[in-house]
Amino acid sequence: MKSRVPITVAVAALIFFGGYAALFIAPDERTMHEIQRIFYFHLGSWAAMFTALTIAFVANIAWLVTRQPRWDWLGVSSVELGVASCTSGLITGVLWGKPAWGIWWTWDARLTTCFILWLLYISYLILRGLIEEPQRRATLSAIFGIFAFLDAPLVYASNRLWRTQHPSPVLMGGKDAGLDPAMGRVLLVTVSAMTVLMLLILAERYRLEKLRHELDELRLAAEVRAAAPDSAAAKELS
Amino acid sequence: MTTTRAAAVVLAKELRLEFRARELLTSTIVFALVIVVLFSFAFDPTAGESRRYGPGLLWIAFLFAGSLMLNPSFAREQSNSTLDALRMAPISPFAILLGKMLANLIFLSFAEAILVPVFAVLYNISLTSVVGQLILVLVLGTLGMVITGTVFSAVASHARLRELLLPLLLLPILAPLLIAAVESTASLFSESPSLDRAWLAFLAGFDIVFLTASWLLSDFLLEE
Repeated sequence: MKSRVPITVAVAALIFFGGYAALFIAPDERTMHEIQRIFYFHLGSWAAMFTALTIAFVANIAWLVTRQPRWDWLGVSSVELGVASCTSGLITGVLWGKPAWGIWWTWDARLTTCFILWLLYISYLILRGLIEEPQRRATLSAIFGIFAFLDAPLVYASNRLWRTQHPSPVLMGGKDAGLDPAMGRVLLVTVSAMTVLMLLILAERYRLEKLRHELDELRLAAEVRAAAPDSAAAKELS
Repeated sequence: MTTTRAAAVVLAKELRLEFRARELLTSTIVFALVIVVLFSFAFDPTAGESRRYGPGLLWIAFLFAGSLMLNPSFAREQSNSTLDALRMAPISPFAILLGKMLANLIFLSFAEAILVPVFAVLYNISLTSVVGQLILVLVLGTLGMVITGTVFSAVASHARLRELLLPLLLLPILAPLLIAAVESTASLFSESPSLDRAWLAFLAGFDIVFLTASWLLSDFLLEE
C-alpha cells in the first residue's frame, strides 16, 4: 500500500500557509478590518461543501446505474464530509455575522439555504442508520440524496426572491464587484487548501467504509462456516 | 396496460380502501384542526394579525397533517406484503407511484376543502372573492407535497421509526414550497387581493422538477 504520509504533509503545509496568508499577507479590508480575514476560511468551507455534495450527487446516480458498492461508499463518505464542511461554514459565518452585521444570524437566502441543506443531509445520514439491509439502504438513500440535491437550487431561488441581506455576489457579480488582486490570490490558496483537505479526509473515510464492508463480508462467511462447515455455501465462500 | 390506465386502477383501489375504512381522512382533518386551534393561542387572532400570520398558519397545518397522512400510503402495504403483489402486475412502477400520488392528492385536497372554510370563519378572513385563485394555489401546493411525500413514504416504509422519519425527510425538502405557497396565499389574503404570479409559477416549477425526478427514479424506488 502506498504511503499517505507525503500527501498528508503537503495538505497540512497548504493549510498552514493558507492560515498565514489570510492573517498576514492579505491586505486589510476597509470597513471590517481584521474580522474580515475569517472570510478566507468561510468561503473555503463552502467550496469544500459544494465539492463534497456534488461528488455525493454523482455517486448517488452512479450507484443507481451501476450497482457497484464503491459508489455507495463514496456517497455516504462525501455526504459526511459535506455536512462537516457545512457546519464549519455555518460556524464561521455566525462568528463573522455578529461583528460585521451586528447579529449572529439572519434569515437571508444563503444562510437559510445552507441551513436547510445541513438539515437535509443530516436526515440522509439518519435515514441510512435506520435501514438494515445494505442494498436497500444504498438505493433508498441515493434516491433521497438526489432529491435533496435537486432541492438546493429551489431553496436558494425561493429565499432569494423572498428576502436577502448578503452582499450581492462579490465574485463574478457585475462591474463594480471584484476583489483586490492580493485578496484574490490568498482566497485561491485558502479555498484550494480547504477543498484539498476535504478530499484527503474523504479518501480516508472512503477507505474506512470499504474496510467495514470487507469486515461484514468476512463475518458473514465465518458465520456460514460455523453453522454448517460442510455445506455447499461454506465451500463456495472459502 | 398503459401507465395512465394502470394508475387509474391503483387510484381506484386506494379510494376504495379509504372509503371503506375512512380512518385516514378523519384523523387528518381533526389533526389539522387541532393545529389551527392551537395557533390561536400563539398570537392574537384579530383581523389584521390573521392576515399577516394566517397564510403561514394554514400551510404549516397542511404540511404537518400531510406529513402524517402520507405515511400509511406505503406503510400499510407492508403488513401483508401487498406491495409485492402490486409489483408483480405487468405495469410500470411509475403507475403504482402515480396512482398513490393521485389518491393522496384527493385525500389532502378533501381535507383542505373542509379546513379552509373553517379557518376563514375562525380567523375572520373573507375569501369569497378569491375562491378560484385560492383553489389554484392550493392544488399546486398540495401537488408538490404529495409528489415528494409519496416518494418519501416509499423510502421511509423500509426504515425503522418510519412515522418519525417521514416528516424529518419531507419537511426540509418542502421549505421552498412552503415559502412559495405562503407568499401566494398571502397575496390573496391581503386587503386588495391580487394573485402573485411569480410565486404561482415557482410552485408549478417545484411540481414539475420533482414529478420528473419521481418518474425517472420510480424503477429504483419500487424494486425488490
